[in-house]
Amino acid sequence: MAKLEILTYPDERLKQESVPVEVFDEELRGFLADLEETMRAGPGGVGIAAPQVGRFARIVLVDCSVTRKPVPNHGFMVLINPEITEWDGMKVGREGCMSVPDYTGNVIRAERITFSAFDGDGVRHEYQCEGFEARAVQHECDHLDGMLFLDRLVSRRNDLFRRKVYQK
Amino acid sequence: MQHWYMLTLVGKDRPGIVAHLSAALFDGGCNLGEASMMRLGGNFTIMLMVEFDGNTHALQQMVASVAESMGLHLHLDRINAQLHKHLEPDVRITVYGADKAGIVARITGALAEAGLHILDMDSSVAGTADKPIYIMQIEGHAAEGVDSLQSALNVVAEKGIEAHLEAIDTMIG
Repeated sequence: MAKLEILTYPDERLKQESVPVEVFDEELRGFLADLEETMRAGPGGVGIAAPQVGRFARIVLVDCSVTRKPVPNHGFMVLINPEITEWDGMKVGREGCMSVPDYTGNVIRAERITFSAFDGDGVRHEYQCEGFEARAVQHECDHLDGMLFLDRLVSRRNDLFRRKVYQK
Repeated sequence: MQHWYMLTLVGKDRPGIVAHLSAALFDGGCNLGEASMMRLGGNFTIMLMVEFDGNTHALQQMVASVAESMGLHLHLDRINAQLHKHLEPDVRITVYGADKAGIVARITGALAEAGLHILDMDSSVAGTADKPIYIMQIEGHAAEGVDSLQSALNVVAEKGIEAHLEAIDTMIG
């Protein structure tokens, strides 16, 4: 295992689209191990996408089991060629990115998503995620399309009281 | 040698101030850092970090004519710039209610004692002239935890003032 170097914006490569994985072999699984080590080495990182380390393949890792405040989660997920098929609800939340140091901002994401992805052995799985974990998956999948959370920033102010109103 | 300055400008608002000001600074060889512009009660206000290869007097002279042409008062301070060291907020507090004197002092006083470091605060007076409402949003760092702030907020909350607190759980991906 080896920790990989994280590309940081303004590296143009972060804006390029990644291609689907077609071969599920030992080389891929070796890369997954390195990617996981890289994710866990980042401060507070709950997810990582392959293009963040310069491999432009549709691979995402998410692990929301390690958050400071516990959130509903599926543990460690290897998501290869992920396809989000359903989005439900919207919520503003704060995001940061290992590829965009020293900045966080508010982004609107779906609260609940349904998606499928292949694991490291090429087996397809279906998932349903909510809240923080759903946010992480959407953030990482964006990387596969060359999108950063900076492309989705909304006003710092615009979620005033919205949640409270919905709860009443 | 490059120095950082904090340039503050206040005056009557009109469209185009930021464009005119930033063009003048650029033409004068300045580089901009972080900035915050707000319209407060119809007044234009801006604070911006300016990097300049010269002394306070030279920068003051350069900006003075631009400021004067737009009817703005200016204030200039040499600063110690800390870039790339943002403190991340972990709590957001919103307060609103009928506008009356003392809301901010009482609430921020209690929160400060409970460990709040305010990183970002803004407030508006909304509603109508005869029924003004005060709305304040704060983002900050809860040095003694969010629960400590919630307890403090419960104590100072009073009838007619809504005060809500929520943790900001930043997702780093």
